[in-house]
Amino acid sequence: MSSTAHSVVEPSVTSKRVAATIVVAYAVITMIPLVWIVLTSFKSPPDSISYPPKIVFQPTLEGYCNLFTTRTRQTPEYIISLGAPTSTCDEITRSRNMVIAGPSNYWPRFQNSLVIAFGSTFLAVSLGTLAAYGFSRFKVPLAEDLLFFILSTRMMPPIAVAIPIYLMYRQLGLSDTALGMILLYTAVNVSLAVWLLKGFIDEIPREYEEAAMIDGYTRMQAFFKVVLPQATTGIAATAIFCLIFAWNEYAFAVLLTSGAAQTAPPFIPTIIGEGGQDWPAVAAGTTIFVVPILVFTILLRKQLLRGITFGAVRK
Amino acid sequence: MAEIRIENLRKEFGAFSAVEDSSFVVRDGEFLALLGPSGCGKTTTLRMIAGLELPTSGKIFLGGEDVTFNRARERDIAFVFQLFALYPHMNVRKNIAFPLLAQGVAKAEIRARVEETAKLLQIDHILDRSVSGLAGGDRQRVALGRAIVRRPKCFLMDEPLGTLDAEFRDLMVRELRELHNRIRATTVYVTHDQLEAMAMADKIAVMNHGIIEQFGTPQEIYNRPATMYVADFIGSPPMNFLRFTGGLQKGARSVIVDGVDISVPEIHLDLAESELALGVRPEDISFSDVSPLRGAVFGSEYHGTNQIVAVEMGKGLVKARVPADQKFRIGETVGLELNYDRLSLFDCKSGRAVPSSRYAEHHHG
Repeated sequence: MSSTAHSVVEPSVTSKRVAATIVVAYAVITMIPLVWIVLTSFKSPPDSISYPPKIVFQPTLEGYCNLFTTRTRQTPEYIISLGAPTSTCDEITRSRNMVIAGPSNYWPRFQNSLVIAFGSTFLAVSLGTLAAYGFSRFKVPLAEDLLFFILSTRMMPPIAVAIPIYLMYRQLGLSDTALGMILLYTAVNVSLAVWLLKGFIDEIPREYEEAAMIDGYTRMQAFFKVVLPQATTGIAATAIFCLIFAWNEYAFAVLLTSGAAQTAPPFIPTIIGEGGQDWPAVAAGTTIFVVPILVFTILLRKQLLRGITFGAVRK
Repeated sequence: MAEIRIENLRKEFGAFSAVEDSSFVVRDGEFLALLGPSGCGKTTTLRMIAGLELPTSGKIFLGGEDVTFNRARERDIAFVFQLFALYPHMNVRKNIAFPLLAQGVAKAEIRARVEETAKLLQIDHILDRSVSGLAGGDRQRVALGRAIVRRPKCFLMDEPLGTLDAEFRDLMVRELRELHNRIRATTVYVTHDQLEAMAMADKIAVMNHGIIEQFGTPQEIYNRPATMYVADFIGSPPMNFLRFTGGLQKGARSVIVDGVDISVPEIHLDLAESELALGVRPEDISFSDVSPLRGAVFGSEYHGTNQIVAVEMGKGLVKARVPADQKFRIGETVGLELNYDRLSLFDCKSGRAVPSSRYAEHHHG
């Protein structure tokens, strides 16, 4: 009964099923922490620390309310004297014998994250594209050595140079500034961007630029009109990698920012300290923090896949 | 349209010499084929004319103007690439309009000229399609359209038919030549395919190792090859060489090969005893029982209208193109008759043709 003629291209049903099972299992395992975080963000503080953990619970927005507000404890008499609550959050807060004192720092910190992550990604990708084009197309003296030097900046963890950078930034007045963080993340990301993009640009035949230059355009115009449109896949993939790094970066953010330019990652843990361990608020902050990168990645997932496998598959 | 004049053009890549001291003129409206094997320097020569490479030394004139160091965009030339280099993110119309946009031509005129060009190439029905879905021939026509729409001084083409399949290539060869007849644009066409060059070109430059071996009309190249390389490269099967050692005197009308006296066109040069080769095209050989030049039939290849018969001559095979209905037995001894006024004589050491009355009207350095 057994057939010896196996197709080279089409895997058997069994191996497909095994593969699918492994992929699904892996996906479930990686999703669990994320699901946990999202669930916790909708729990009440007692539910969040109950043991064994509650799978079924009464969802509440308390975590989100606590994330975005600061609250003060008041006597029940005072709270009654305030009249009817003005919002859901107001109501939840009062039920805990507290009143909303004002907005928390989460939203400004989130905005800092947006500005710094997208700013540094834009800079790193722009500089990386130009440098990669140069390395790809021109005879750069010592090109091999320069490329190795650029790569070598990634050979140690960036945090290894934290102290000199801290001292330099203090001297230059870049500590706790958005500009300082943008420059720092750009410096870390630009090497990745150069290497990734050089691979992509190497794959674009020179004939396109040559055709454009013969058609009457300068090299710069040819670059923008002909090379860039074809490099969009690579640029998108590189942008995601840079963005993920800058968005998630924690160590430098803790060290170099504390106020005006503080990003969300170092801010979220500080919530724990404010009046008891408010895990739902922490989870809410994390959930919201994941959303932009999630949306960005879903939008560009095709490019991201191609970015990961680039060079392995030729069209 | 303009004349292209190349003077002592050289190009070195490091220690490698890609083009050595080439000079030629393509007259206004002429179609020149640069013909040679890969790596012979033909594409480098073309790229230097285009301004995509700078020569190591020498000069390039377009329409009398020295453009040796001008940028590609300042030369007003059009280039058709081997893989066409159609911009994949633009549709057909935008591809063709692209050079006009660079020149700042008014929108209405761009539209008119693109449509006129498309009509000429019979691609007006695909103007709004994406170039990525086009078939090979249509891609070719779009690439040509982008070249002719701007009415450049000259066209440069780098093996534009190289990727098409054989059947389609014949069609495009005809189309290209018809197009050339209609617009009479000075054209330099790089190819390694002698049939393409023969079918289309007014002049052919045969290149080898960076040197132009011969520059002339297809007839000159075929009938009076200037070097053994050209004689061997052109023609299928190529010219036969009957090698022998001997001396020649000016005015001689025969040579002795393998002890057989063979009439040749009158020799115009004294030659000391040296290695020589008598060159004869397969179609200039016929079989004759009385001929003293004899060999054994080695095999034959049937081609329908004729056949190629290989004859073992002791020093190698000689191929003859004879009518298809002649019958031969393998191993049979036959006599070969050479068409004496179509013979070439080469000096094996230099590889050059020995001047004779056949070559008299054609002295090529």
